[in-house]
Amino acid sequence: MMFFDHSTFTASRAIVDVSWFDLGVAFGLILIAVGIARWHGVGLAQRLVVGAVRAVAQLVLVGYVLVSLFALDRWYLVVVALLLMLLVATQAAVTRQPGARRRLVMITGVALLVASGVTLLYISTLVVRVAPWYNPQYMIPLFGMIVGSAMNAAALAAERLHREITARRAEIEAYLALGAHYDYASHHAVRQAMRAALIPTVNGLMVVGVVTLPGMMTGQILAGASPLIAIRYQIVVVFMQAAAVAMTTAIVTLWYRRTFFTPALQLKSETQESLSARD
Amino acid sequence: MDFSRPQWPESDSLGGVMRDTTNPSASGVQPSTGASTRHTRALPTPRPAAFTLKGVSQVKAGITVLDGIEVDMPHGEIIALVGPSGAGKTSLLRLLNRLDDPVRGEILYRARPITAYPVQALRRQVGFVFQSPVIFPGTVRDNLRVALALGGDHGHDADTRVAEAMALAELDHALCDRVGDRLSGGQQQRVNIARALMTSPDVLLMDEPTSALDPATADRLMETTRRLSREQHLTVIMVTHRLAEARRSSDSTIVLEHGRIVASGQTADVFERTTDPRIRAFLTMEH
Repeated sequence: MMFFDHSTFTASRAIVDVSWFDLGVAFGLILIAVGIARWHGVGLAQRLVVGAVRAVAQLVLVGYVLVSLFALDRWYLVVVALLLMLLVATQAAVTRQPGARRRLVMITGVALLVASGVTLLYISTLVVRVAPWYNPQYMIPLFGMIVGSAMNAAALAAERLHREITARRAEIEAYLALGAHYDYASHHAVRQAMRAALIPTVNGLMVVGVVTLPGMMTGQILAGASPLIAIRYQIVVVFMQAAAVAMTTAIVTLWYRRTFFTPALQLKSETQESLSARD
Repeated sequence: MDFSRPQWPESDSLGGVMRDTTNPSASGVQPSTGASTRHTRALPTPRPAAFTLKGVSQVKAGITVLDGIEVDMPHGEIIALVGPSGAGKTSLLRLLNRLDDPVRGEILYRARPITAYPVQALRRQVGFVFQSPVIFPGTVRDNLRVALALGGDHGHDADTRVAEAMALAELDHALCDRVGDRLSGGQQQRVNIARALMTSPDVLLMDEPTSALDPATADRLMETTRRLSREQHLTVIMVTHRLAEARRSSDSTIVLEHGRIVASGQTADVFERTTDPRIRAFLTMEH
């Protein structure tokens, strides 16, 4: 038996179509935000307008890309689209990292590829049972949600690990000086980094449906699907996000940690630069 | 050719090097200097220097902090490293258990390149006491037992060894179950010394161990250090900015300035007989 009855996924009731004119009316909301930004000299008015225009342009573009991907229905185009999403997510996770290194780009990219890939494979073959296997209507939105969560986890894990190792330099070197391997010497730092990356997901599980109504579920309901269908999809989504986040966190933290140490089990000095020079 | 990693040298006792090495099974650990050595009875030579530094230079953040250091550090002595701030004292100390490696030069530990020893084993032989004491989570007992566990030693005598190390560091055994961060500065530094002693090291590197302590506590800690060196045959290499402390406690003194050795030798000689006016000025200034 299929977990989902796909026929109900299409509209069961009339959907209100949002016209381009309606969108123009919606732009009024941005003007409210701009007005508030100008009012107190927040200085973000221009960026708000640019952001709004960019959002419109990006979403329109994505809409047409998706329409053509669905229409062309070619497996290799879907794979290219997924890889492109992966690259953009990697880039986004790595920028603004303290002491960002070329090595971190590779670590994050591989972590996202493995974690999101495994999760998508699991979902698409065992749970949603997508047919044909590359069906873009499922693969692209599912992968987007997986990679989005994994990307945040990767950024949080890397940022926190860097901060913890810098702050715990004395402790780590004290362990190393007792003959510890780097994995033991840095285990407090790793634990903190993993917690930091996992906590948003754990908290998300606690409040989903009570405090927050996830966008995907809301979207399905707006599109006319039964809330009972929407929640089942949402359950799948939170589970797959938890798996992808956990895998990404583990790969990024454990692999990135190695880059802080030399083969002779010395804590590298890049993180030392922020500390005052000693004798 | 033997590419295997060198084994740990012979026993810790002073008699170790005088052992008969004609039996190949007794000692496969000496550096290979040719097949003939195997058939030569080892001479009762004095034990090699704990450390020999040859042309050692170190650069940190683009600045040369050690410049061509050449020195022997005798075994079983207390060696004081003194010099003005920024002279390279801590940088030198950190090289001796490979918390850092030098950019140039060679360091020998017991006459063998320091890099020839497995680094984790080396660090358990060459303990380090940091300037600011580092207390791990948990009680004093937890702090000391972790040092045993890191050596793969989960022996039943752990509590005995904790008690021994605490006694050596002159820590009241009643503090055993005290959480580490609820100790005074002097007690914390003694926990760090006791923890370093848990691995039964041959050498203890101490980076200004008394800098955060009041003079009376500092004096008592130095007395402990002198006794440890004497009774445990421990080589102590100690960075200090207290010249009186160096003069009173150490057997040898090395004076560093701008990353170079400007004077070294028996402490009495260094303090009494240096004629260089600049060194004289440094050694006689008040701290």
